[in-house]
Amino acid sequence: MSASPIPKLSRRHFIKTTAASGAALVVGFRWAEAAFAQSENVKDQEKPRVNPFTAWIHIDKDSNVTLIVPKSEMGQGILTSLAMILADEMELDWRNVHVEHADTKPDLYSLGTGGSGSIAEQYLPLRQAGAATRQMLIKAAALSWGVDPVTCHAKDGAVIHNPRAHRLAYGELVEKASKLPVPDFNKVTLKNPDDFRYIGKDMPHIDIPSKVDGSAQFGIDVRVPGMLRAVIARCPVYGGKVKSFDATKAKAVPGVQQVVEIEPVVTDCHSAGGVAVVAASTWAAIQGREALQVEWDLGPSANISTASLREQMKSLTAKPCKVVRADGDADAALAKSSKTIEAEYELPFQAHATMEPMNCTADVRADGATLWAPTQSPDWIQGTVAKVCGLKPPSIVVNTTLMGGGFGRRYHTDFGVEAAQVSKAVGKPVQVLWTREDDIQHDFYRPTFHHRMAASLDDSGKITAWRHRLSSTSIALFWRPTPKPEEQEIGGALWPPYAMSSFRIEYAPATSGIPVMWWRSVEEGSSGFAVESFVDELAAAAKVDPLEYRLHLLGKTHLVGHKNSDDDVLLDTGRLKGVLQLAAQKANWGKPLPAGHGMGIAAFYSFNTYAAHAAEVSVESAGKLKIHRITSAVDCGRVIDPNGVKAMMESAVVYALTAMFTEITVDNGHANQSNFDSYEMLRMRDMPPIDTFIVPSTVAPTGMGEPCLPPVAPAVTNAIFAATGRRIRRLPIRAVDLA
Amino acid sequence: MASISFQVNGKPQTIDVADPDTPLLWVLRDNLNLTGTKFGCGIAQCGACTVHLDGNPARSCSIPVSEVAGKSVTTIEGLSADHSHAIQQAWIAEQVPQCGYCQSGQVMAAAALLAKMPKPTDADIDRSMSGNICRCGTYQRIRRAIHRAAGQLGTEPAAAAQGAGGSVSGVAAAMSRPATAELLHFNQCTACFATAPALPGGAR
Repeated sequence: MSASPIPKLSRRHFIKTTAASGAALVVGFRWAEAAFAQSENVKDQEKPRVNPFTAWIHIDKDSNVTLIVPKSEMGQGILTSLAMILADEMELDWRNVHVEHADTKPDLYSLGTGGSGSIAEQYLPLRQAGAATRQMLIKAAALSWGVDPVTCHAKDGAVIHNPRAHRLAYGELVEKASKLPVPDFNKVTLKNPDDFRYIGKDMPHIDIPSKVDGSAQFGIDVRVPGMLRAVIARCPVYGGKVKSFDATKAKAVPGVQQVVEIEPVVTDCHSAGGVAVVAASTWAAIQGREALQVEWDLGPSANISTASLREQMKSLTAKPCKVVRADGDADAALAKSSKTIEAEYELPFQAHATMEPMNCTADVRADGATLWAPTQSPDWIQGTVAKVCGLKPPSIVVNTTLMGGGFGRRYHTDFGVEAAQVSKAVGKPVQVLWTREDDIQHDFYRPTFHHRMAASLDDSGKITAWRHRLSSTSIALFWRPTPKPEEQEIGGALWPPYAMSSFRIEYAPATSGIPVMWWRSVEEGSSGFAVESFVDELAAAAKVDPLEYRLHLLGKTHLVGHKNSDDDVLLDTGRLKGVLQLAAQKANWGKPLPAGHGMGIAAFYSFNTYAAHAAEVSVESAGKLKIHRITSAVDCGRVIDPNGVKAMMESAVVYALTAMFTEITVDNGHANQSNFDSYEMLRMRDMPPIDTFIVPSTVAPTGMGEPCLPPVAPAVTNAIFAATGRRIRRLPIRAVDLA
Repeated sequence: MASISFQVNGKPQTIDVADPDTPLLWVLRDNLNLTGTKFGCGIAQCGACTVHLDGNPARSCSIPVSEVAGKSVTTIEGLSADHSHAIQQAWIAEQVPQCGYCQSGQVMAAAALLAKMPKPTDADIDRSMSGNICRCGTYQRIRRAIHRAAGQLGTEPAAAAQGAGGSVSGVAAAMSRPATAELLHFNQCTACFATAPALPGGAR
């Protein structure tokens, strides 16, 4: 990360934009990526296409401090937790702290928000930037007073000179500080964590007041003068195209202004294309689309069905597949064992179903474009729109709005690209809205998976072989031809943490034209279900308590895995045991339960965070499942925002529980579900109490968006087994599985 | 072109619409620029568009604006001028919202519940709030916040006056009765779905 004086260009840009309030101190820094030295900044400025900075700290004369970040707020509380880190290191008064989404101006940055990475990646650079800025302000104050900076300290947004009780607010120092060099981030003195006053405390989330009075501006709330509204008719079958259309009736709907065809964009986008109905109002556009007549070329995927995919995957895993990792000879061990256990686990397609349906507002002009997008990936939209519209990336500004959920769906560019295509076609700003039906039927789904597992146990219950064959509708393969279709399908199943004397995992991709991509926790939700269900089955086969069995097989604290890069953090079995034991203890594991109740447990490591859940359930007459409570434990290193960690835990549990009772099924190449009446969500009446417990830690913080999701489903299905002796191996749970 | 008059947040409004079947939601959002009321499903299944119609909770996505003529609509923008409604205060205190997109509807549904039932039980909350989907999973906090607000209501006449006469069972009527409910029964309220009277907007 760079600590450079602001290049003149950038500082002028900011001073210009804040001209009304006079001078400001702007410290630009590079969001966590490979560090580059001061001298390289100069070189960097010579490349017109790359801005060296991706985040800024902006301090105005009134001591308002605004952190401008390339991270998208989608409900995970990231704007607040990043601000907390900065406020702590800069010694700010919380009342003066503001946060804004960075836009893509003037050039390409790396702005993506995903992979539960924001806190883990930005904790250190943000602290360094905060400490460097604090140091500059202290130096400016010391110069004003003619004293040694070491006799000064910062507190509540001001610098104080101890012996004489001199005090200057940051706002009073910005002019002087802005003339000082920015210190080397790698050499600044960071705060002692014992002195943290915001990090680790429950701070009120900055965006919440605006979310209880309707004033929060989401993508769908963007209003641009002269903008039109559009909805798009897309081919019901994935990969299909417009053959012909008749817009006569659509244009007869009052308010409809134009009907235009847009092309599918395959590379880096996979947008469906279709026919856009552009109108003065949203309702007119929707009604116009109802009246539109389109003949479709359904394309090559018109025969795909969930049933055929299921058969395909089942037969693929019935035979040896490509070996992804092997340790010892699992086949030989299985062949000679007298005690083998086999099981198949299946997971369906899932839609993201963000509460705010996809939408984007675009204004494409001859010389450039402006977009307002509820996006996790503004720079990807910028780059793709540039190609599709024949514009240069620097001429395109993507403004990231608040967004009503992300869950991975908003990492895609299709909704942004479509809006740009329609705006370009009609020559006006246009807001393209997806209806809920569009959203559920044209998602990039969580893949469907088929796991075929086999293991052998010795007389003491130790695992002598673990063989795992996996087939799925590969994400990597959907996006581009690759020799590694397994890349985003296996996750934590590659290195199960339990002691075993031989291991093999194999993979075979299913042939499918159904769009797939990242869905909260990506492949880990599937692997967590398979691994944590199977180890529970082995515990039962070994006739050992499932918690004891896991703890025993995790053994003494050691690291599991293999480092492929410096970024890889290996699984620490001690920390996994820690969350298992915490969840078990808080759930009163092993204590007598009411008649008919059962408790299940599961733990999983993903996204460098450790999570465990204990679920208590009962299955009552007529096969009805009641989830009485979920007790959850997490170890995500040092906690920045404890209340935010609990919120993410509750969120992951609800998201995972929903996916245990609902699914996307495909027939004739399109989803059978289209709205919340057929793709059902967990509701208030279904909500079990969730208790979250956090393992205290001082190690580097890790993410919370996704890693608590994978162990939810197996904790519940293991509890169903404990209550009833029935194993649920296929999701979603069906009534017949419980009756 | 039809001209339709009604009250929105206490102010008279006259709207000219080409299609009198235009849902109230789009009139609020597109004509009146009251964007706090959200589009979620368009079929009265998710509650993101909940407003108060003559004090009762209603799904604005499924009410033709023509049916609103002469009536009084309260949107999230009209609940209070300054977050002072007990529900809003409780929502902030319990740090309920995550993405926040469904929360206008949740807040309006909860405000209607409290107006009708100042001390709701968990079962009451299940019944009245299950028509509002939150994909971020804030249900547990919503429940806590409603209980918190219920504790405050007795001393806050302004809040208690909000949306008087709301029909709680009507909210339940607008909900689906999905198969999930067949499989899961975390409470015993399913009977009310079949028997509750229809709410405006529930039928479309």
